[in-house]
Amino acid sequence: MRDGVPEELKPKVVIIRTAGTNCDYETRFALEKVGASVDLIHINQLVKEKGLLDLYQMAVLPGGFTYGDDIAAGKVLANQLRYHLLEDLLRFVAEEKLIVGICNGFQVLVKMGLLPGMSGLHASRGELEQTFTLTYNDSNKFEDRWVYVKAFSNKSVFIEKDTILYIPVAHAEGKFIERDEETLDLLFQSGQIVFKYVDKEGNESGYPWNPNGSVGNIAGVCDPTGRILGIMPHPERYIEPTQHPRWTREGLKDEGDGMVIFRRAVDYMREKMWKEKRVVGKR
Amino acid sequence: MESRIEVFTNKKFADVLGNEAKNEIENIGITSVEEIRIVQIYLIDSNLSEEEIRCICKELLTDKLTQEYVFFHGISERESSGQKKDEENVSYSIDVIRKRGVMDPVESTVMKGVKDLGLHVNSVKTARRFLVTGVLTLEQIETIANKILSNRIIEDVFINKDTKFPGNGKGVIDSVFRKNTIEILAVDDTQLRSVSESRQLSLSLPEMKAVQRHFEGLGRNPTDVELETIAQTWSEHCMHKTLKGLIEFDGEDIDDLLANTIMKVTKELKKPWCVSVFKDNAGIIEFDEEYNICFKVETHNHPSAIEPYGGANTGLGGVIRDTLGTGLGAKPILNTDVFCFGPLDVPQKDVPDGVLHPRRSFKGVVSGVRDYGNRMGIPTANGAIYFDERYLYNPLVYCGNVGLIPKDKCEKKSHKGDLILLVGGRTGRDGIHGATFSSIGLTQESEVVSGGSVQIGNPIMEKKIADALLVARDRGLYNNITDCGAGGLSSAIGEMGEELGVIVDLEKVPLKYEGLNYSEIWISEAQERMILSVPPENVKEFESIFEQEDVEAVFIGKFTGDKMLRLRYKGEIVADLEMGFLHKGCPRIKRRAISRSPCYNEEPKISKKTDYGKDLKKILSSWNVCSKEWVIRQYDHEVQGGSVLKPLQGVDNDGPGDACVVRPLLSSKKGIIVSNGMNPKYGDIDAYHMAASAIDEALRQIISVGGTLKRVALLDNFSWGNIDKPEYLGDLVRAAKGCYDTALYYETPFISGKDSLHNEFKLGDRTISIPHSLLISALCVMPDVTKAVSMDLKEPGNLLYILGETKAELGGSHYYQIHGFTGNTVPKVDTTIGKRVMDSLGSAMGKGLVRSCHDCSEGGLAVASAEMSFAGGYGVELNLSSVPVDEGVSADDVILFSESNSRFIVEVRPQNRQEFERIVRSIPHGCIGRVLENDLFTVFSRSRECLISEKIYDLKKAWQSTLSL
Repeated sequence: MRDGVPEELKPKVVIIRTAGTNCDYETRFALEKVGASVDLIHINQLVKEKGLLDLYQMAVLPGGFTYGDDIAAGKVLANQLRYHLLEDLLRFVAEEKLIVGICNGFQVLVKMGLLPGMSGLHASRGELEQTFTLTYNDSNKFEDRWVYVKAFSNKSVFIEKDTILYIPVAHAEGKFIERDEETLDLLFQSGQIVFKYVDKEGNESGYPWNPNGSVGNIAGVCDPTGRILGIMPHPERYIEPTQHPRWTREGLKDEGDGMVIFRRAVDYMREKMWKEKRVVGKR
Repeated sequence: MESRIEVFTNKKFADVLGNEAKNEIENIGITSVEEIRIVQIYLIDSNLSEEEIRCICKELLTDKLTQEYVFFHGISERESSGQKKDEENVSYSIDVIRKRGVMDPVESTVMKGVKDLGLHVNSVKTARRFLVTGVLTLEQIETIANKILSNRIIEDVFINKDTKFPGNGKGVIDSVFRKNTIEILAVDDTQLRSVSESRQLSLSLPEMKAVQRHFEGLGRNPTDVELETIAQTWSEHCMHKTLKGLIEFDGEDIDDLLANTIMKVTKELKKPWCVSVFKDNAGIIEFDEEYNICFKVETHNHPSAIEPYGGANTGLGGVIRDTLGTGLGAKPILNTDVFCFGPLDVPQKDVPDGVLHPRRSFKGVVSGVRDYGNRMGIPTANGAIYFDERYLYNPLVYCGNVGLIPKDKCEKKSHKGDLILLVGGRTGRDGIHGATFSSIGLTQESEVVSGGSVQIGNPIMEKKIADALLVARDRGLYNNITDCGAGGLSSAIGEMGEELGVIVDLEKVPLKYEGLNYSEIWISEAQERMILSVPPENVKEFESIFEQEDVEAVFIGKFTGDKMLRLRYKGEIVADLEMGFLHKGCPRIKRRAISRSPCYNEEPKISKKTDYGKDLKKILSSWNVCSKEWVIRQYDHEVQGGSVLKPLQGVDNDGPGDACVVRPLLSSKKGIIVSNGMNPKYGDIDAYHMAASAIDEALRQIISVGGTLKRVALLDNFSWGNIDKPEYLGDLVRAAKGCYDTALYYETPFISGKDSLHNEFKLGDRTISIPHSLLISALCVMPDVTKAVSMDLKEPGNLLYILGETKAELGGSHYYQIHGFTGNTVPKVDTTIGKRVMDSLGSAMGKGLVRSCHDCSEGGLAVASAEMSFAGGYGVELNLSSVPVDEGVSADDVILFSESNSRFIVEVRPQNRQEFERIVRSIPHGCIGRVLENDLFTVFSRSRECLISEKIYDLKKAWQSTLSL
């Protein structure tokens, strides 16, 4: 209880890790900073101990190169989740808990069909249909650079519309593309496009502002409920003021832009805990 | 039954990898390729039905949106997903498949993915097919296949054949167990030599004779594996026998050069914060109350010369394992990489057979480092690249890693009775004879004879090891650890067991495939393996931690206490060596070194000009100075969240930073600074001053970003030509002496180092040596990272100062280089002034008086201030009349471009002028100009004439356009 709050009163978050996960340290740091209690758990353990996931209110699939991004980025972990943890995950979603996939985690969620999940995911495995993909950047290179992303929707619990975040991308396969025009139109209408890449002035623009060539400059999407978020850039890499690439010019801010996403997640979970307690109390 | 699955990009989508290959082909002058499309091939051996194979294709191997597949199940059946592969218009197909035994991490990932689907396959092999369209001759297509699409060292290539790939061939290369003894007792010197040569032992005659004498005493011949073990242990790579041997230098007898120079600095300085120096895999210094920090840089030159991707890949993987194997294991937190190549624009016809084009080496090395570092989740936030024609034949690859380690985990010691556990990847024929290969020169045939020593890394395996290891470390489950590097188990276990003695059962080592004989198991350099010393009572818990991460941990032997190295294979003793002889029995060699007759290159006379703008742009766009953004962005330099000063800085995040600043712990403001210094050009004139300048440069960068000399540790890495040549060895001795004098005065101890001493290339009867290449790496602990200073100009109206004295030192400079000269006036280091300059600047920075700072190095004052200007997006006006100069300086071009050491350009706010000047009053300094609100870079001569007036965007363009591949 580093911040004075007893662990048991903190919202509990699980960072799901496996071979090749690698942004767990800074993701955990960000979550703990906004008051969450965080466990890092290997996928093997979640698969072995069914129900373990139920102990948490939020699950994070962090950045990295799970299974080396061999075959395609996120593909192998996506299958592992679909074939071995789906029931637990669907129950998690049904209980209105939160899921965030960052970078590689976003790739996983898209490839298992959980995002954008327009056809609904309440039923069986068969309905988890992959309608979009994240593929090679137009530059055909891994690129680490800072980008501006703007929230275009109020649908996601993680962000408020019109917020602009300055955070870095670091990926080779981040180009978000659609299966067909119909799905893309649906996505545009649904309000599930949470983040778009924009330029310094907040306008949609080309490379390098859109670092990978994503259709519609899409940087992040949510599911129809707004409780599952996938985002290509790394909010957990701009928590501390010294992480900004130009802090020596522009001065140290109070906190990094990425904080808002984690703080809103924790706020949501606290409120939910409080509501659930009240319901229990009334009984 | 074997199935072949072919996955290809849907025609609707660009084949980005194919386009990349096409681009590279155009670069070697073949322009008639219209299109290349790539087919990913998976060869699967299984008992699965057609339906199940289809499920694997659909669910695992293809992206549902962008890819299609066809598969061949058994012999005749063929199934396709939707549109047919359009091969009719294709002119050529080129199939590339990794040779048997070459690591391919994708194979195990596919196996895992298939298992997740609830299916089982016996084996997987992958290959790529390039479908090339265009009018090409067969000769051209062969060039494309060999120079761009494949590397015959590790891959087989089939052109225009509907290839039936060779199967996995289990057991094909089986060998029958037979204990081999080698006759060396009753043989003469010629035969001894031939035993060493034919078995690739790289042992000299005196060494072979020492072995002979030892076995005469035992009254028996050695076994093959005993000889191999001795050769590995006594190799230059493992023992540093030259630098620690006897050297007669111009009549002076030097007994152990390292102990008398590099290591002596540390001994004499007695810094209490040096925790472990020159004994572990990396040097360790104190960080804060809880943690220490360790640092190691290594070379991986020869493997990178013949297979750049794999060489660099395993080079970085190896040095990361050094960190994991330091103390009881450190967490890797930062990579630094320095490369040397031939200029990338060398015409293909000037590249001799057996040598890769530098563009290929460059791209391969960068990708190799990128893929390993990024996949391990370790930021690569610092580095440098040097170019010189002589690196064409023998490129250099230095990889470094910094680790964070709890204070109570820095010491290790095996106990009698501890078990030897091998963790990580399986053992194959990978890299047999890497340690001895690295101790000889390269030839045009190297790629043929040394193919076995080249490998590809598996970063995810190493990440899994790291994850498991740090858990086991924190639970205190083992007493000792080291990594398997050059020499494989032989070196790792041989060293770890030196004090106690060991017995190892070689058949317990898990193999990638059957058929290795016991010697191969013992000396294989298969990557991603570590050796641990585990008390028997902890083995169960230890194994379960590794099992959780899907890493094999296998018990293979024991620490005995009898001081013998005993190897058994299936119960029979195959080696029985005294540890004492193995580690102390190598006869010390005496080498002769002479100082070169002073090198008097002609000091050029470059006629005076009225405008130096063109010269400035030429230097900015030269290979060494130009922007390396193309490389830097491919490295994840921010993972782990610690980056404070990134490699690219300024208003548009693209200016060249000096050193990187990183916070190892996000909960603390304490940070580390890492920098590198190297000046091969100066070594052409004088190796002593080259070494001194390299140290000065590394330290300047530390100071530039806000560090101080109070807690800086250094690493040395010598890459040298053939030290059998007395004048080359003489230069090395002088370089080592330069290190001693300079580091001692700056009070910066060395904590670790490495050498690579046979970097020459035999081209017919000509021998081409690399330039003397001493890399100095520096690590500084910084109490408060919020005091860090970047190099980009911050505000118009601020004053610009130069600190340090400018001398007529253009020898080896970039200014001479663009005019085609080397010259003779090499920059020297005046440590007395240098230290005062660095200390004063450090204290001004500590008081927050410095807005930006950049050190003067390649290209001198002109380049440093131009970089600050365009990185900040502001113009400047400079007056050379205010630059403090040595009395020998008479011309403006000298002031502009001299590369004198210990100089800095510093930006100060006008309101801080007095306080700043008070701090620097006793050192050479001058207020040379101001930051302007415009976009002009202007320099006035001492007689007030305008020497340079350029738009900063033009300067930036010149600097950025060279390296955009």
